[in-house]
Amino acid sequence: MTAHALAAAVRSGERRAREVVESHLEAIEAREGDVHAFNTVLTAEALGQADEVDRRVAAGEDPGPLAGVPVALKDNICTRGIATTCSSRILKGWRPPYDATVVTRLREAGAVLIGKTNMDEFAMGSSTENSAFGPTRNPHDLSKVAGGSSGGSAAAVAAGFAGAALGSDTGGSIRQPASLCGVVGVKPTYGLVSRYGLVAYASSLDQIGPLTKTVADAALVLGVIGGHDPMDSTSIEESRRRPRLTEILAEGVDGLRIGVIGELTGDADPDVLARVVAAGNALEAAGAKVEEVAVPAAAYGLSAYYLIAPAEASSNLARYDGVRYGLRVDGADVNEMYARTRSAGFGAEVKRRIMLGTYALSAGYYDAYYGHAQRVRTLILREFEAAYEQFDVLLSPASPSTAFPIGAKTDDPLAMYLMDVCTIPSNLTGHPAMSVPYGRGDDGLPVGIQVLAPALGEPVMFRVAAALEASLQ
Amino acid sequence: MAQRLSRDDVLHVARLARLELSDEEVDRFTGQLAAVLEHAADVAALDTSGVPPTAHPLPLENVLRDDLVRPSLDRAEVLREAPDVEDGRFKVPPILGHAP
Repeated sequence: MTAHALAAAVRSGERRAREVVESHLEAIEAREGDVHAFNTVLTAEALGQADEVDRRVAAGEDPGPLAGVPVALKDNICTRGIATTCSSRILKGWRPPYDATVVTRLREAGAVLIGKTNMDEFAMGSSTENSAFGPTRNPHDLSKVAGGSSGGSAAAVAAGFAGAALGSDTGGSIRQPASLCGVVGVKPTYGLVSRYGLVAYASSLDQIGPLTKTVADAALVLGVIGGHDPMDSTSIEESRRRPRLTEILAEGVDGLRIGVIGELTGDADPDVLARVVAAGNALEAAGAKVEEVAVPAAAYGLSAYYLIAPAEASSNLARYDGVRYGLRVDGADVNEMYARTRSAGFGAEVKRRIMLGTYALSAGYYDAYYGHAQRVRTLILREFEAAYEQFDVLLSPASPSTAFPIGAKTDDPLAMYLMDVCTIPSNLTGHPAMSVPYGRGDDGLPVGIQVLAPALGEPVMFRVAAALEASLQ
Repeated sequence: MAQRLSRDDVLHVARLARLELSDEEVDRFTGQLAAVLEHAADVAALDTSGVPPTAHPLPLENVLRDDLVRPSLDRAEVLREAPDVEDGRFKVPPILGHAP
């Protein structure tokens, strides 16, 4: 059932929240051993929250737009008193002393937190195989990856363990796993959703967003978690926000100008490409004008990203030093303690990115690597802004392939990084983008179409996503 | 772009990043990081002269708020998560070494 339907049933008194939560816990009981979507399942807490929702319904109160909906949270989103590990040994068992703003907003909307989901360690990865606690498996085919880094959140929604989930997206970590698991995944405009309480990976790129069964559910969840937050200084002021997304979904795409990005489409697998063509045809049939568009600098997004994101990460992850929280491995002096703690606590991919970022920022290399990448970021931003003068939204695959076998790319970091080629540009520009399930590839696994829009272009992006979804029915 | 990453570069960067790497990790990372940097060298082909850097996607000015006293995190709840504490503070190993 969709989050919309669950919340409507609970608010009207047709179903009790406890019964909704129990049915999801049963689904978890039945298949979580195979899928491994969660680091923590909050059984007792979820039932307690459900009872509170039921009490409010019985008292004639409105428990909120997500009343009784079980929501899964990526394990890099802080929950007060509840373990938040980032799937890392260095934070194993850490219980944050505060809730992230998105968690507070979900609670106020009547949502029930059902668990914390598995992820690539510190959100660094594209398959959820970099978790210290073992990989998440794709619910559609257990021999395949769920994508990443929000693979646990995508799998939890696809497997029916949760009515909706939150992930974080720094280079595609919501959209790519959504694509591979056949669910909707949204990276909002940078600054639309508060990052307060999101464990930082690359702060100029990170953004929290929803993973859901339908486009309307994504609009519902984004409406709850979005909006200005004084606790995040990069949060966009309320006055710049646009109309409610849930009210404009049916407006259609008649007259919209839609560009298919050549640079992000050419290298996709043929079966994925066929779905992009089908999506373009469906939108044309619905009244949009669809053409190919060239955004040459987009091809350089991957290279710029893999200098900028590790550089920011090397700084952000300096805080894991064995002093204030998490793992400590003792040493004779403080420097030895730092190095032993970090070496024992971080996995290989996190070490690689810290090293890459430290190198890119180090004396003598700063301008050649980090400085140059920042200027390339400007070129990419300019080219996308120019494209949006001609087009309302852009299209591409969300991932160049469907889900790949577990273990297929773990020994080749560069091959893994290439899985993010379609999604990275929107993080560099700060623009919104989302993945919408659009049929299946030759292997029978889900394909996601990416819809990209200019800054704060969520309304038109959601209209196009809703039209794509409707065209399949 | 700079020349190919060496084993010594990797050891130097590991020291800067406060990471202790095994010999096997040094060997593996040297090859893998060099491959990523070589791939990244494709951006060198782009002419960026006169292009300003983008550090951040939003055109942000300073964000200010009134300097008011307000509740902060609960000290006991914060210290409960620390590896070692003493007298309500974080405790760390010696920074300057022991007295002789």
